[in-house]
Amino acid sequence: MLIVRKLTLGLIALLASLAVSAAHAQFEPTKPIDFVIMAGKGGGADKMARLMQSIVEKEELASRPLVPVNKSGGSGAEALVALNSATDPDHTIMVTLNSFFTTPLRQPGLGIDIMTFAPIGRMAEDTFVLWVHKNEGVNSFEEFLAEAKARGSGWVMGGTGSAQEDQIITDFLNDTFGLEIKYIPYKGGGAVAKDLAGEQIDSSVNNPSEALGFYESGDVIPLVAFTSERLPMFPDVPTLAEAGEDFAYYMQRAVVGAPGMSDEALAYYTDLFAKVYDSAEWQQYKADKSLLGDYTSGDDLANYWQVQRDRHEVILKASGAIN
Amino acid sequence: MEVVALLLDGVWAALQPTNLGLAFLGVVIGLFVGAMPGLGSVNGVAILLPFTFVIQEITGTISSPMIFLAAIYYGAMYGGAISSITLGIPGASTAVATTFDGRPMALSGNAEKALVIAAIASFVGGTLSNVIFTGAAPLLASVALKFGNPEIFALMLLAFATFIGLSGDDIPKTIISICFGLVMSAVGFDIISGAPRLLLFDSTQWFSRGIQFLVLAIGVYGIGEMLWTINSSRDSLKMTEANITLARVWDAIKSFPETWRGTTIGSFLGFFVGILPAAGATPGSLMAYGVTKMVSKNQEEFGKGRADGVAAPEAANNSASTGAMLPMMTLGIPGSPTTAVLLAGMVIWGLQPGPLLFTDQPEFVWPLIGSFYISNVIAVTVNLACIPLFLKVLRMPFSILAPLIFVLSVVGTYAAYQNIYDVWLMLIFGIGAFLLRILDYPLAPAVLAIVLGPIAEPKLRQSLLLSDGSWMIFLERPIAGPITIAAIILLLLPLYGFIRKRMKASKAS
Repeated sequence: MLIVRKLTLGLIALLASLAVSAAHAQFEPTKPIDFVIMAGKGGGADKMARLMQSIVEKEELASRPLVPVNKSGGSGAEALVALNSATDPDHTIMVTLNSFFTTPLRQPGLGIDIMTFAPIGRMAEDTFVLWVHKNEGVNSFEEFLAEAKARGSGWVMGGTGSAQEDQIITDFLNDTFGLEIKYIPYKGGGAVAKDLAGEQIDSSVNNPSEALGFYESGDVIPLVAFTSERLPMFPDVPTLAEAGEDFAYYMQRAVVGAPGMSDEALAYYTDLFAKVYDSAEWQQYKADKSLLGDYTSGDDLANYWQVQRDRHEVILKASGAIN
Repeated sequence: MEVVALLLDGVWAALQPTNLGLAFLGVVIGLFVGAMPGLGSVNGVAILLPFTFVIQEITGTISSPMIFLAAIYYGAMYGGAISSITLGIPGASTAVATTFDGRPMALSGNAEKALVIAAIASFVGGTLSNVIFTGAAPLLASVALKFGNPEIFALMLLAFATFIGLSGDDIPKTIISICFGLVMSAVGFDIISGAPRLLLFDSTQWFSRGIQFLVLAIGVYGIGEMLWTINSSRDSLKMTEANITLARVWDAIKSFPETWRGTTIGSFLGFFVGILPAAGATPGSLMAYGVTKMVSKNQEEFGKGRADGVAAPEAANNSASTGAMLPMMTLGIPGSPTTAVLLAGMVIWGLQPGPLLFTDQPEFVWPLIGSFYISNVIAVTVNLACIPLFLKVLRMPFSILAPLIFVLSVVGTYAAYQNIYDVWLMLIFGIGAFLLRILDYPLAPAVLAIVLGPIAEPKLRQSLLLSDGSWMIFLERPIAGPITIAAIILLLLPLYGFIRKRMKASKAS
């Protein structure tokens, strides 16, 4: 009996020590982490990435620093390829936006399969709002439709890039409401906001973070939100759904790992960015900039990618951007 | 008067020991990143951004971190000139135009004069622009808003015109050089259609990112210049004369008023170009150089070591960096790459940049503006005090200096974008520049074109989209019209000169 008991105890101890050593096998970065940003310095994605980096630094969440590297070339193609060919996937992560879905679709030659990327965490979904200048004399979405229809291609929409988020929304408005709005691509949301404030263009679909300054000064007014529910920041601004069209469009603000990242490393980064997400600074930023969405990671995030990829494929095919 | 009171409060806040210390530290870091080829103010500011969180915690104010970063920005504008003059490699893209005359001055034994003039012109440009900023920021912000796509394109056209229309250089060669730069600037993904252009290789590493301006500039002025010096002094490798005596430095300071023309043009033009979003200090300094050469009576001396040619771009790049702060602070829109990162900083510190910043956050705005003045004083003092140190570089024999230039060019190119392909490209550009120089092609127009091309092209096409393809948009609009006409006249000047010469010749015969 005694022997059996001893054996059992020994077995328990052995199992316990195994469990402990399994816990020890947890991943810890052994060198600075490459933090690739899929956009140039100073843009929306860059601001967000540097905020995340600052939070990690300030709260001492990681034992090694995140080193931001801007790779803005080819609408994110440069960043995607850099991740795809990363020599040390356990120390290479990236901040993405919707070009994560559209660029591989538009450039199949890159050989990028986004489903091979490690789903670390979605930090937020950025929202889109239709803005006009206060001198335009348009105060509601209905008035906008009437005025834009009357002016035909004389109504000018400025937006970031071509065949990307802003143009996708503009195309949708044109198709759905029989408009002929002329779309002019800009390099970044800041330039669009400035040209709307200077009445060089008639409208924009800037993210709230891009238009907020001129909204607060009263120069531009929001007409409709491309979200499924009204935004807390603009409680009086209706959604497109209220105007009878079931269309919502968001921009993902997610952190992904390089293909080939080990499960341990993925678990580490998922946990790291969950902490960033929960920090007071991030929550404040989310509220201030009218960002939506809970922290999503792992399979949920991968499923979200699959849905978004398929949706963008349909949208880009419909607009003729891809075959 | 209210402005003066607010400014004095701001200067007082900036003079508090913590802020003064931060400004000093920022200026020294800025001088260093500015002088290091490849690293510019934008890198310095981006690298130290997370550190400002700590500053904010310790000081408990939101203006202190910004004072620190702004000091780096100013310091870098001063620092860029140092390597442009002593090594012939532009320390930062904003200092490329400084090499045009700064390097020849150094080679002819007037390095200390070039350095002194660069420092003082920077100070004058920085301070003048601060005064304009303080007095007229909101007014100028509304002017910046009036500049839409056609206006900015017209301005870019004017910049090209100053380079073609003014020079005694070989005009066909100047035009070829500009076209070469434009082709280089067209490589990469087209912003309007999203289509890839001139990628040549099926690899994203090479050309899909476009050809970065700094890669060309370091190649042309670092490697190209080094090869040229080796070639032209093959038999007599001697070191550059550089005597450091206080008397010579004092003489240089006394000679500064000679450059009033370049300094004035640089200060005002730089500021104006700086406040236009999308431009920034690099086009500002190149345009100031072009215009100063255009109005000078001694055009043929430019490029051979004329003091005006150092003063104009240096006054302009400092003035433009203050100018670029204007849309950042009054509109929440970056006027240059560096202010884009500063804006990211403001967001991190919990500020809302935009038109309401001046009214909502005076405790942020005024100490910062005050610090602009203080940082400029610190920068010019540190810079002048260190000139003997910088000149030591020149006393190195060329057999040591040449490998140093080579290493700095390679490291600098890699540091800028962390891409090894850029280094190969830079070397190719360097050898190409050397060959073109033997063939007597001017290279400055190519550099100008690769800076202005990426700004001008989207503006041209956005304008034409607006007007449904009608070129009249550049003539009909009240601001764009006069600028376009001025540019066309400048472009036609050489043709007029040519016809007049022919007429004279035919009369004589």
